[in-house]
Amino acid sequence: MSTVAPARTPGSRKDGRSTASLQHRLAERGIDRSLLMLLPAVLFTFALFVYPFAYGIGLTVQPNPDVVEKWGGGIFANYVAFFSDPFFRDSVWITMRLALPAALFNVLASVPVAFKLRGKFRGKRALTTLLVLPITLGTVLTAQGLLIFAGRQGWLNRFLMDVGLIQEPFQLVMNYTGVFLSLVISGFPFAFLLISSYLSGIDPSLEAAATTLGASWFQRFRRIILPLLAPGLATTFILTFVLAFSVFPSARLVGDATGETRVMALMAYRAFGEQIDYPMASTVAILMGVIELAVIALVLLWRSTFYKGSTGGKG
Amino acid sequence: MATIEKVETPEGTRRRVAAKPSTWVVWFLVAVFFVFLVGILSSVVVDSFAKQWFGTWLPPEFTADWYAAAWDRFDLTHVMGVTLLVAVAVVVLSVLIGVPAAYLLARRNFPGKRLITLLFLMPIIIPPITYGIPLATVMYNFGLGRTVLAVVLVNLVPSVPFVIMTMTPFIEQINPAIENAARMCGATMKDVFLRILAPLLIPGILAAAILVLVRTVGMFELTFLVSGPRSDTLVVAIYRAMTSAGGAEARQLVSSMAVLYTATMLVILVIALRFINPTQLVARVKDSSDD
Repeated sequence: MSTVAPARTPGSRKDGRSTASLQHRLAERGIDRSLLMLLPAVLFTFALFVYPFAYGIGLTVQPNPDVVEKWGGGIFANYVAFFSDPFFRDSVWITMRLALPAALFNVLASVPVAFKLRGKFRGKRALTTLLVLPITLGTVLTAQGLLIFAGRQGWLNRFLMDVGLIQEPFQLVMNYTGVFLSLVISGFPFAFLLISSYLSGIDPSLEAAATTLGASWFQRFRRIILPLLAPGLATTFILTFVLAFSVFPSARLVGDATGETRVMALMAYRAFGEQIDYPMASTVAILMGVIELAVIALVLLWRSTFYKGSTGGKG
Repeated sequence: MATIEKVETPEGTRRRVAAKPSTWVVWFLVAVFFVFLVGILSSVVVDSFAKQWFGTWLPPEFTADWYAAAWDRFDLTHVMGVTLLVAVAVVVLSVLIGVPAAYLLARRNFPGKRLITLLFLMPIIIPPITYGIPLATVMYNFGLGRTVLAVVLVNLVPSVPFVIMTMTPFIEQINPAIENAARMCGATMKDVFLRILAPLLIPGILAAAILVLVRTVGMFELTFLVSGPRSDTLVVAIYRAMTSAGGAEARQLVSSMAVLYTATMLVILVIALRFINPTQLVARVKDSSDD
């Protein structure tokens, strides 16, 4: 990746000056001076993304002396520490236990909702707007709201107790449930938006044809909609999973930051900001990326077993 | 869609009755979601105006003092100034860097195009903490830590690819014949950009800019990693107030800050929805990430 991209852009500029025929031949293959327009973006990405990333990977094999002393493993001491120390190792499981169900719930819940809302009806735009609203709320405000609304003294528990559904207030915040709720509130609208746009891309005439041939509601869904929607479902799952996987503020604010919701992002930040152990922080951060990409790769692999091709375009 | 439902009705009313429970489940889900949404929003608003609120349905006394108190205590004039400055700088820079790149990706084929696209996609797929921590380390090494410049730079990392990914399909929609005609009439690249493309691109740039603005104002993780007391944006300031020394700050102070934050966001959102249709925009993003 890093070898091809930078070589090309400056190369085209240098070659452009040398001979006219070469310039012409390069232009035929799509290389000419207008490619310089890519230069700012490429330079920027290298300076602020590729270089720090490589630097971070380099840092992971330069562990602090005390880590080496405690865990051994030479230059790989950080990795040894991560996988031997249950305090670090368990955070992987904790993150997964939170992110996977949350992403799955968001995707599965938005399918029926998007399905019901895809027809035309009064106030559709208003309802869609309301469903989109939480995207702008941000995790910090959602956290503060959950603390007040779903806390022991909050309206939710008060209402449920007054109605007589429960005797004791539910413990909904400062634990797993709190973070899960916050992930659903911020992730569901996003999943809903994506799924509705995928659904609107499925040609209604396909379904109409199935109906004329006598397919029941379930058959239509199972045989027509689902196969066409599956790639979209996979993409939506990936994007909501990415959001849920890097959860950080809500895990601290409405979660139990030392126990149930001690997610990897929190561990990485703790090493970075509190222990000032940059190599360890980078190790956790990079491993976070690796694990996330592994999950994405699995989903993509699963997706590749489905129908590949256009979903029929809009309308 | 409506026509299909009509075709279906002569088959008998039984199916409609049978379909009803699923409809109810869907509406129930949506209702529960809205109960939480409205509950969360309104309890923060009520709390921010409450003199004290503990163990009752509604606070006994209302006051607007918390806003003034929060404004003084957290120096919100400065925080708001930083938030605005960072947001505007990120929007302008990411549009300036991203749009030319998007133009090339939309119009041209060149060797390594897929690689470049992948490179631009990476910061969107990888969790912010993963590249944020190495990036913040580099920033601190260069002595940029806790400066506004660092906050702007880290926020550009996801914003530039975002602009590229939203603008590429938008530019693809514009008929290339218009540009070719301009070139035939002797327009230079600069003329084509300023006189032909810019007016056509304004709606797309506005949409991308507003989304970048929303993301930047709401971005917590990256800003938090590099900002210090004098370069905190509003979200980070709220987070710090919520976590400071065992929650010593009064809850109402945090709530009033959160209300200010939501109000800012709502203003941006209302403006945004005048220019863009959210579903349509996501569909465009989707198209770009598929190829």
